[in-house]
Amino acid sequence: MVSIATGSLAVRREQARERWLQKINADVYVTVGMGTCGLAAGAGDTLAAIEAELAKRNLNAVVGKVGCVGMCSYEPMVELQAGGKPRVNYGQATARNVPEIFASYFDGAPLRKSVVVGEVAPTVIQTNGRALHSLSFVDPESKEKTAFHQKQLRIVLSNCGLIDPESIDDYLALDGYKALETVLTEMTPEEVIEEVTRSGLRGRGGGGFPTGVKWGFARKTPKWPKYVICNADEGDPGAFMDRSVLEGDPHSVIEGMIIAGYAIGAETGYIYCRAEYPLAIRRLEIALAQARELGLLGEDILGSGFGFNILIKEGAGAFVCGEETALMASIQGERGQPWPRPPYPAVSGLWGRPSNVNNVKSYAYTPRIIRLGAEWFKNLGTEGSPGTAVFALTGMVNRTGLVEVPMGITLREIIYDVGGGISLGKKFKAVQTGGPLGGCLPEAHLNTPVDFDSLRAAGAVMGSGGMIVADETTCMVEFAKYFMQFVCDESCGKCPPCRIGSTRMLEILERITAGEGELEDLDEIRRLATGMEKGSLCALGQLAPSPVISTLRHFEEEYRAHIEDRRCPAGKCRALITYEIVADLCTGCMVCMRNCPSNAISGEKRQPHVIDPELCERCGLCMEVCKFDAIIVW
Amino acid sequence: MDVTLTINGQKVTVPDGSTILEAARYAGISIPTLCHHPDLTNVGACRMCVVSVERARGLQTACTTPVFEGMVVDTESEDARETRKFVLEMLLTDHPNDCMVCEVNGDCELQDLVYDYGVAWPEHRGVRHSYEADPDPNPFIFIDRNKCILCSRCIRACDEIQNRDVWNFAYRGFKTKLVAGADQFLLDARCESCGQCVAYCPVGALYDKMSLGAGRVSQLTKVRTTCSYCGVGCNFDLNVRDGVIVRVTSAHDAPVNGMSLCVKGRYGYDYVHHPDRLTRPLVRAKWLGAEQVEEQVANGNWQIATVAEKYVQPPASGPQPSISDGTFIQTDWDTALDVVARKFTEVKKAHGGDAFAVFASAKCTNEENYLFNKFTRQVLGTNNIDHCARL
Repeated sequence: MVSIATGSLAVRREQARERWLQKINADVYVTVGMGTCGLAAGAGDTLAAIEAELAKRNLNAVVGKVGCVGMCSYEPMVELQAGGKPRVNYGQATARNVPEIFASYFDGAPLRKSVVVGEVAPTVIQTNGRALHSLSFVDPESKEKTAFHQKQLRIVLSNCGLIDPESIDDYLALDGYKALETVLTEMTPEEVIEEVTRSGLRGRGGGGFPTGVKWGFARKTPKWPKYVICNADEGDPGAFMDRSVLEGDPHSVIEGMIIAGYAIGAETGYIYCRAEYPLAIRRLEIALAQARELGLLGEDILGSGFGFNILIKEGAGAFVCGEETALMASIQGERGQPWPRPPYPAVSGLWGRPSNVNNVKSYAYTPRIIRLGAEWFKNLGTEGSPGTAVFALTGMVNRTGLVEVPMGITLREIIYDVGGGISLGKKFKAVQTGGPLGGCLPEAHLNTPVDFDSLRAAGAVMGSGGMIVADETTCMVEFAKYFMQFVCDESCGKCPPCRIGSTRMLEILERITAGEGELEDLDEIRRLATGMEKGSLCALGQLAPSPVISTLRHFEEEYRAHIEDRRCPAGKCRALITYEIVADLCTGCMVCMRNCPSNAISGEKRQPHVIDPELCERCGLCMEVCKFDAIIVW
Repeated sequence: MDVTLTINGQKVTVPDGSTILEAARYAGISIPTLCHHPDLTNVGACRMCVVSVERARGLQTACTTPVFEGMVVDTESEDARETRKFVLEMLLTDHPNDCMVCEVNGDCELQDLVYDYGVAWPEHRGVRHSYEADPDPNPFIFIDRNKCILCSRCIRACDEIQNRDVWNFAYRGFKTKLVAGADQFLLDARCESCGQCVAYCPVGALYDKMSLGAGRVSQLTKVRTTCSYCGVGCNFDLNVRDGVIVRVTSAHDAPVNGMSLCVKGRYGYDYVHHPDRLTRPLVRAKWLGAEQVEEQVANGNWQIATVAEKYVQPPASGPQPSISDGTFIQTDWDTALDVVARKFTEVKKAHGGDAFAVFASAKCTNEENYLFNKFTRQVLGTNNIDHCARL
């Protein structure tokens, strides 16, 4: 294929920019958030309903789809702009609510089911004469940024929710592939590495190793071919940062990988993406085809003589394949098991060749760093951890979602300011960062700044960005047990400390939550944890005890209550709790009786009911359905 | 290029690219291993060879970590020893406590390490695997997955040495299980029953089925011999108990084949004690002369043979079988060889040496074939000699 020279790319970019401006300034412009999250909430039906509503109102509109804007609790989300009025983002925009959204926007009718998330305020970061566009929402009245966006700084997520991820023109219009142009025409590979190193970018997969230094190692190894690998095997429960980037802005990852390929001297890239992300894979395939068509992938990119290609490798559902050596084994068609390092991938990786493995976000940062400059990036965040951190904020907070904040912001700010505090007015208990291999931190540590080193010092880890908030109704032993169960299911089985140690630890946790624990079990947990940490082959086994050890460190009294008092203070462990009806509060409405799946509740109408503890299965359904708070658990 | 490092305070110089384990063994320092075998690639799975390396993060596996100039290694650090003990204890929490009746008692790498590290049998309330013993109909290879420590030596031996790639792991975590093919029977998974997997198994998970209950290492005498099946000349050890071969084990120091053997060499030894085997010569009665036959049979030196030795014993009572010209008589070697020599001489005199054609066998050793060649050309006087390996 004939590559287009930089000149014709500039022409294409100019056309794309014009189209982009036409689109966003269209008389009627509607976008729907079509990430997996939006689609799962019904965005597909919403889109159909919008078409119908537009037809009904006889409006000639530009309808676009965009990636996830990060506000999970509001999905599906729709943005509406017409007749020069401000662009407004609506949440809970299910197909059924589309008519009322249109009625509200055009006719001023009140909203009943859906909500106004905010007015869309384009945000532009200007530096060195370059611009980085992103979007945020402001309050329609005060024009202040909404609480969700106030403390956020969207760099790697800048395009998510802004552009159509299936359009390379949208990406080009916002200066996409400009960094690649700069790299190929003005910089030597060494200069690229130097620039990335100077930015202080640390690997966003969780390890936090300086990205530029890693690239330098791979460049120095005198063996060919070399490989650039993107680790998109995001497997932490409750984490979806990488998915959102791939679904919302796939070209930024591709651009970052091409730049990395040029820097280390590789001609082939692999994106190892878990098969559970079909939409991400589809959008990557579309993006790769578009990039190939424009000669941004393939031989002699932009006439530079440098050629690069990217292949997608789908995972087969193993968490451990997020570990870089297991990932490479999987690409090689072998069982996904880690192999020992050294030698490191930069020396001997995929098929024994020098390979550079980075996380999705690390690659996505790269074009932005090249374009806006290492100095700009270095001055964001903290000295040791420049830039921003992306978290998937989940659990018991009011506003769950995907957030990007400058490094150094405290956990408290993320949970209370961005996340809006604990849901249902409950009390905060703990926050787990870093997924099943991370640690949990209690209230006392909420002022810990979020960066690689501070979190590690506090006994948690940055991880790749999962952040799960637990409220007072969470039993920390059960919480730890959940993660240990995950590790048991996901241990690859290669080395005995992880394979057997995790099972032994789970057995102890199961005994404790079943009311059969003994005090010696706590020492045994610590002993097993030490053995696993020191003995395991890869980070999965070494870090697997962290959720248990950190809960034991901060919530030992809760473990002891399970063992010594045979009591679960959070009222969660079925074997240790009793449901009881408070006679004074019970109105005898019989609702609990009808809902009890094991017929454990008896009583006459308008008389206080009674729960038979022998028959009660401790499902808690009665407590949920009681309107009078007459059922207590102890 | 050579690299000098320090192991346990001792300076060691080894070629660049060596592993810590190789350097230590070169210096006479022993590091325990389970999944390592010098014939196989190193995978660092069992964690027994962990050692402390100065300035390295965490323990390193000696079998996989390359040495570098100035490296300082402590193979007996407290961390390393404690971790090894932990690994052994973990393995034992999912291993039967049946060394007393185990086939490999006294010849088991796990047992030796448990002994060396003084690990007690862990009593616990958790799960242990209870796989069916001998679940595979393969006639030669016995499997007891309850004893398997998932070291993957069998997998690598099959893949890297035999190139059959029969074995692998299936499932994950504690459920990880050694399987043939797609969890099939061995013979359905391309297994050619060479027994390499058995030879490399450090424990009693894989064993030779024909040798079950036949004797353990302390009861056996090993006799090094050369395989009689083909001309490759593999060496192995016959494991003999009370004068009977009960097992063949390959030997790492065998010059031609190392640990490798084929199905015939490893399992084809039952002919040695087979009742059908001819151990004395049989000669047709007509070549011996009726009188001599009658006399020698009468005084018990020769016997009347029917088909093979097991039929040789005459019925205890009743009439003896009659002797015709074609009857086989079991004679002594001298008599039989005399007959052969006499017939050869007759043929050569009557028709010349080229009346003979000689066919040698790949089952003979090189030395035997050499002698056969000399005999054919110089004694029989013909060049009509060929060999089955030429076919």
